[in-house]
Amino acid sequence: MTDLSQNTSGTVPRKHGGSLLEQSPHTKKRNAAETRFKAYGIAAIAAGLLMLAVLVTTIVGKGTGAFQQTFVTLQVDLLEQKLDKKGNRDLADIKKVTTFGYAPIIKGAMTSVVEELGIETGLKAKQLAAILSKDAAAQLREYVIANPDQIGQTVEFRFLASSRVDGYLKGRVTRASIERDKNISPEQLDIVDALAVAGALEKTFNLDFILGADASDARPEAAGIGVAMLGSLSMMLVVLALALPIGVAASIYLEEFAPQNWLTYMIEVNISNLAAVPSIVFGILGLAVFINYMHLPTSAPLVGGLVLTLMTLPTIIISTRAALKAVPPSIRDAALGVGASKMQAVFHHVLPLAAPGILTGTIIGLAQALGETAPLLLIGMVGFIASNAPESLADGLLAPNSAMPAQIYEWAKRADPAFYERAWGGIIILLIFLVTMNTLAVILRRRFERRW
Amino acid sequence: MNDMTLMDKTVDTQNIKIAARDVNVHYGDSHAIKDVNVEIEDKTVTAFIGPSGCGKSTFLRCLNRMNDTIGICRVKGDILLDGEDIYDRRVDPVQLRAKVGMVFQKPNPFPKSIYDNVAYGPRIHGLARNKAELDEIVEKSLRRAAIWDEVKDRLDAPGTGLSGGQQQRLCIARAVATEPEVLLMDEPCSALDPIATAQVEELIDELRSRYSVVIVTHSMQQAARVSQKTAFFHLGNLVEFGPTGQIFTNPEDSRTESYITGRIG
Ligand SMILES: Nc1ncnc2c1ncn2[C@@H]1O[C@H](COP(=O)(O)OP(=O)(O)OP(=O)(O)O)[C@@H](O)[C@H]1O
Ligand SMILES: [Mg+2]
Repeated sequence: MTDLSQNTSGTVPRKHGGSLLEQSPHTKKRNAAETRFKAYGIAAIAAGLLMLAVLVTTIVGKGTGAFQQTFVTLQVDLLEQKLDKKGNRDLADIKKVTTFGYAPIIKGAMTSVVEELGIETGLKAKQLAAILSKDAAAQLREYVIANPDQIGQTVEFRFLASSRVDGYLKGRVTRASIERDKNISPEQLDIVDALAVAGALEKTFNLDFILGADASDARPEAAGIGVAMLGSLSMMLVVLALALPIGVAASIYLEEFAPQNWLTYMIEVNISNLAAVPSIVFGILGLAVFINYMHLPTSAPLVGGLVLTLMTLPTIIISTRAALKAVPPSIRDAALGVGASKMQAVFHHVLPLAAPGILTGTIIGLAQALGETAPLLLIGMVGFIASNAPESLADGLLAPNSAMPAQIYEWAKRADPAFYERAWGGIIILLIFLVTMNTLAVILRRRFERRW
Repeated sequence: MNDMTLMDKTVDTQNIKIAARDVNVHYGDSHAIKDVNVEIEDKTVTAFIGPSGCGKSTFLRCLNRMNDTIGICRVKGDILLDGEDIYDRRVDPVQLRAKVGMVFQKPNPFPKSIYDNVAYGPRIHGLARNKAELDEIVEKSLRRAAIWDEVKDRLDAPGTGLSGGQQQRLCIARAVATEPEVLLMDEPCSALDPIATAQVEELIDELRSRYSVVIVTHSMQQAARVSQKTAFFHLGNLVEFGPTGQIFTNPEDSRTESYITGRIG
């Protein structure tokens, strides 16, 4: 030993009986190498943490805006002669009044607030109303249809402000930046400032972003991720209901019962290969099989769920098999030794011990599926879906819908920077889901492991 | 004691519990057991001795078909339990293992409570009609495994939380709880201290009154103390089989003599 190290390192021969208080050159060298290695490790981790910090601050900085929205509170005269000419409060008649019928009412409300506050302006009523969202008339109409008894009265109503006004309050839009913007003028911004001072216009928390549906290109202020969230949840239900039982059953069979022959081997190899197949391949497969061949509806969460199931299965199978493998064989021997059948040994002893691993794998698979975008683009689960919450489970699974990551992609693609902010906001929500799921996986694993 | 049984058994041939005829075991290409013929008697303790790797465990595992779980293991020849071939197509190995229980070299309690460890066998075989009967079986089994006094206050505690020796006795309790006819023990005392070993040996001696016990051991003293018959294995062959007293005092084969005097193995 000592001879060898002398020859290779060329150091002075170590004297037997040398002092322990003094480091030999060899030890020094070894310790230096260790210190260097630790430094590299710390540097690597620090770099990783730095990038994470940059990522998180960027996302939070850009996305929190989406959770706030500018609203204008106005006193609205719900004139009977406009909204219910016959005066009998018949809902069918009230519904005949389109959003165009509401426009004059909104214009009236805007002019009166400006007059009340004593603001001098050369703007026409139409330009004043443009401070509000294009969605304002629809919002008011919805409210009137829900509360027909309010017709003829003056009510206080909170209107969404237009995205330019919202951007102005958030600092995204400035007086300099709107020079060529046809959607808003400095005069309108003067009114906005005055309304803000008077307290009629304010920026508050926007629940509609979390619960609402997407909106068309011209109304970014009304867009929400809620319906896409439901789409994602429906897909996760499908994935969970299919991938967990199929994956666990397949793994148990392969791990515990399958004969060890080339066929089993081929299946195992192919499952590992499937785990590495790019998700877009599953998407085009889903398009070909589920939509073109089986004629399932396009854009439906059911189809999305099926595609994601195909994608998640290998992950679940691989992690389940690893969990089963980790159960010591002595436990199986013990069960067989007292006369349990193979199935009893597996279900009474092996599976409970493997359960935390299986659950962890499943949750991580689901989290992967939740963030998956590419296959959903192919089966059309992306785009403008303005419908609100589905009414039943079947509706939720079969009606066209979007999914959170696809919705984020869609928003990021649109031209208006107001949508860009919403994309970041969507990413925050998606990340909250993913972090929650992964935390749950960790907690489950801990909880079960501690039992014995 | 040994001399007496020696005389009994040589004349009494009706009491053969397990008979092995020309048993050969292969692990893939390696030939682990070569033409073994042996007759294991009822109500007798039979010891398997021999150097490491000679096939004692392999042969023991043939007796309750635990080798079925090893994919590459092939068993040839006949093994008869009460005159019936246990490798017959019609035999369900699960049913066989209820009759031929096993205690493993490494203690392997289930990661469940002490009570559930012992109660598991009786439960799956439907040996108890109600909780009271099950309680009784559990207590009786734990008493017979000489561990009752140590665990009676914590039957709900996990079996894996016991010491190694206690775990092994728990495994013995678990094996006897199903009332097997034959009990196979693969080096049951290798993890035990001398006191626990003595307790287990006492237990084995007591079990002999009802079962046929086969024990693999590396301790010559233990084989001499507990067994009536001894089989010496060497390189997959059964070199010598006979009454324990004779094997230890007057072996026929020179290899046996070298082994027990410590020259090979
Ligand atoms: N699962 C297995 N796969 C392949 N070969 C095996 C297997 N189990 C045992 N063998 C081989 O069979 C032979 C006999 O092994 P066995 O375990 O029966 O020996 P043993 O006498 O019990 O030894 P020990 O006293 O060390 O426990 C050995 O050569 C071993 O390598
Ligand atoms: Mg062995």
